[in-house]
Amino acid sequence: MSSSTTNTTTIGTIGAPSRRNTELAMLVFAVLIPVFAYINVGLAKDHTVPAGVLGYGLGLGLLAGVTHLVVRKWAPYADPLMLPIATLLNGLGLIFIWRLDQEPTLGKAMAPNQLMWSTLGVALFLGILIFLKDHRVLQRYTYISMVVALVLLIAPMFFPGVNGAKIWITIPGLGSLQPGEFAKIIIAIFFAGYLMVKRDALALASRRFMGLYLPRGRDLGPILVIWALSLMILVFETDLGTSLLFFGLFVVMLYVATERTSWIVFGLLLSAGGAVAVATFESHVQERVHNWLNPLATLNGGVTETAQAMYAFGSGGILGSGLGQGYSRLILGIAPKSDYILATVGEEIGLAGLMAVLLLYGLLIERGIRTALAARDPFGKLLAVGLSGAFALQVFVVAGGVTGLIPLTGMTMPFLAQGGSSVIANWALVAILLRISDTARRPAPAPAPSTDAEMTQVVRP
Amino acid sequence: MNKPLRRVAIFCGLLVLALLVRINWVQFVQADELKNDPNNRRVAIERYGTPRGDIIVDGKPVTGSTVTGSGDFKYKRTYTNGKMWAPVTGYASQAFDANQLEKLNDSILTGTDDKLFFSRTVDMLTGGKQEGGNVVTTLSTKAQKAAFEGLGDKKGAVAAINPETGAILALASAPSYDPSTFAGMSDKDSKAYNALLKQNNPDDPTLNRALRQTYPPGSTFKVVTASAALENGLYTDIDAKTRSPLPWTLPDTAGQPLNNEGDLPCENASLREALRVSCNSVFGKISADLGNKTMKAEAEKFGFNNAKVDTPVRASESVYPEDNRPQNAMAGIGQASNRATPLQMAMVTAAIANGGKLMQPYMVDKLVAPNLNVVQQHTPKEMSKPLSPENAQKIQDMMETVVEKGTGTTAQIDGVKVGGKTGTAQHGANNKDNPYAWFISYAKTGKGTPVAVAVVIEGSDTLRGDIAGGKLSAPIAKSVMEAVLSDKK
Repeated sequence: MSSSTTNTTTIGTIGAPSRRNTELAMLVFAVLIPVFAYINVGLAKDHTVPAGVLGYGLGLGLLAGVTHLVVRKWAPYADPLMLPIATLLNGLGLIFIWRLDQEPTLGKAMAPNQLMWSTLGVALFLGILIFLKDHRVLQRYTYISMVVALVLLIAPMFFPGVNGAKIWITIPGLGSLQPGEFAKIIIAIFFAGYLMVKRDALALASRRFMGLYLPRGRDLGPILVIWALSLMILVFETDLGTSLLFFGLFVVMLYVATERTSWIVFGLLLSAGGAVAVATFESHVQERVHNWLNPLATLNGGVTETAQAMYAFGSGGILGSGLGQGYSRLILGIAPKSDYILATVGEEIGLAGLMAVLLLYGLLIERGIRTALAARDPFGKLLAVGLSGAFALQVFVVAGGVTGLIPLTGMTMPFLAQGGSSVIANWALVAILLRISDTARRPAPAPAPSTDAEMTQVVRP
Repeated sequence: MNKPLRRVAIFCGLLVLALLVRINWVQFVQADELKNDPNNRRVAIERYGTPRGDIIVDGKPVTGSTVTGSGDFKYKRTYTNGKMWAPVTGYASQAFDANQLEKLNDSILTGTDDKLFFSRTVDMLTGGKQEGGNVVTTLSTKAQKAAFEGLGDKKGAVAAINPETGAILALASAPSYDPSTFAGMSDKDSKAYNALLKQNNPDDPTLNRALRQTYPPGSTFKVVTASAALENGLYTDIDAKTRSPLPWTLPDTAGQPLNNEGDLPCENASLREALRVSCNSVFGKISADLGNKTMKAEAEKFGFNNAKVDTPVRASESVYPEDNRPQNAMAGIGQASNRATPLQMAMVTAAIANGGKLMQPYMVDKLVAPNLNVVQQHTPKEMSKPLSPENAQKIQDMMETVVEKGTGTTAQIDGVKVGGKTGTAQHGANNKDNPYAWFISYAKTGKGTPVAVAVVIEGSDTLRGDIAGGKLSAPIAKSVMEAVLSDKK
């Protein structure tokens, strides 16, 4: 394994360009595109350029500018794509939320709050880049992370559920928090630290049976614990998405750490078993599955939210109705601005725009895994793949749910959807990935000149 | 660790790819289906977002649009003389979707049809509002008015066709309804709509009886049976005696006779005479002699057993049944399981009047774009040839005798050759319900045969003896024919 970390690093370590100017150029686009989108919505809705466009443009530009300068100073070798993509997605999300705020039937305006949360998220991003000099510091907190993650995951059980899913912690007077979003990062830190220590035991102490490496019984312990925890989340918090996310994250990281395909097989068997078991007695899950199989079925003569989302996508077609010109207000139900925001994206900027947005997510994910490949230390590798994997699973679970590819689960589209916890947590996630990639791409100190290298000694036998 | 990392990278790529494939499926492959799903409110929002195009009769619109000023829908449909035109236009309601021409031509009327691509593109470039195109029908205001007023408060239907082209001239159904009353989406509209539904109104006013209701055609079907006899060479001379005993008993029964209406001179009567007085025994025997297969084949040439008679509003399927011998004999005089729509009987009459050629019936002449460019024009099409011209001429002769000195004298028009046939169809168990009064006819001038018409009246509380087609239905047919003839002058 040590050979793989040193020799197969595909990014040249000497003299790698910092790519900060590339990032700056991309950031200009990432700011301009949402600004034009903003103007577009205003023109379509009221035939005037919206009054807030200057403030919004300057604000977004300022945030992007400050983040860029901080990255330039504190993480000069970080990946140049992640920051612009996150900025663009966050900016577009704000526009779509503002656009939905224009529909009086959809309740009170959410965009100002979202802007505030985004600013907080960026502040956290900056804080992490400035104060977390080296991601390996996180390794020290492996077991503390575990405790914190467990607390965050279990806490919502004791708070009232919202729309059938208990994923919130409500603090009276302060608002509510979706701890799952933060737990995602913290549990990735725990897994990375834990697996780095245990990987050899998990990988080597196993028996071969029918082509698979069967782990020892006591090594199966942790995976069973995580599996049980995921099931508990599913049963007690009726939250399909979070449960899927954590179990999937664990299996992916376990596989990367041990290089054993058998873990994938175990993971799939356990999640399939768990899903079937829960689906047989949990009516909430059954309902989701029913909606997924019959997206257009009416409920008591009314059109369901699932159907409304499908109609929104279908009506958008290839090019979309144009920003501000769709009818996503028809998705009246619980979450047109959060879970279902993709439906508005699909309707108003069409298949073309939605594909672009999904590709942005894809790009961000792959850059994250690229960072994992480039990282030189196993903890960094595991953490980077964990964070990217969690992000990928979340995007898949949400987008797949809204478009009807898989049953719907209550999660939010990172950066795009309305929700404070989500946007703050995801900025933190990107910050950690940038920190790892900065460490990975930073030129290594020049190797001490070796005497062997200076002259070739010819040895004759 | 890098090998599994690369695999994870591929796996994440596949996740995104799966999403991309899925949205392509939803937004490209399924897009049209989802976009036009009746439950998709955007359909209605678009339908009523701009003034809807009009349905035009004789150069004048019978529909309109008015601004509602509230809610999702900006415009509401209005109808001029809605009750009279409802069987043609159908309705377009914000709350209750649309039907008939309003539904079938929705994309033209709304302006979203691909055929309007050019004018839509111009609209888009010039910033003009999307406009709907118009549907120009073949109907005649005068004929429709004559039919509608003729039916009055009786239950029944009228269908009139131009035999030479198949163009539908009148399509009336009574009782009717005014589609304006539920064009909106208020509580008042719902109330009006619900009151019209069959479960709340036994008269079923929204039923388009001319196209969508089948009746036993009764004696009017005898012209089809006569055509079958001539076409299959059972008889060739309409004035020669037929082999028709009286009383004639139904085949395969224990001597059950097929009775005539009263004491008619039907024994060995010639075809002309048999049609003039409407002999059941003669035509029942013809049907029995020809057999079920032959009768069915001839009826099918006239348009029976065709589930796809699209005008473009689809007419219900008229049925000549596959049946045993006694039932087939009964079907030959338009009873038993024989069923026909008024449009079907108008088609039969039109085929005979048009020298044996049945033209495809149609009521949309052309679709025009908002800029009045014609985007689609109907060209008359031949549907089938149930009769040779000579045999058609013979049937015409016989039908003209019926009007001249038979059961259909009430349809005579001065200076015009009219051919017709009455019918009184029994129905209900043991014929205890009031019968249906039929009349089919055509009018011939020196310049051609401009009209064939079929009228049916559901015998409400009229006396039985009084109900014969000649008394109730023939006068309506006559006024429709006169209306068409006056149009032609």
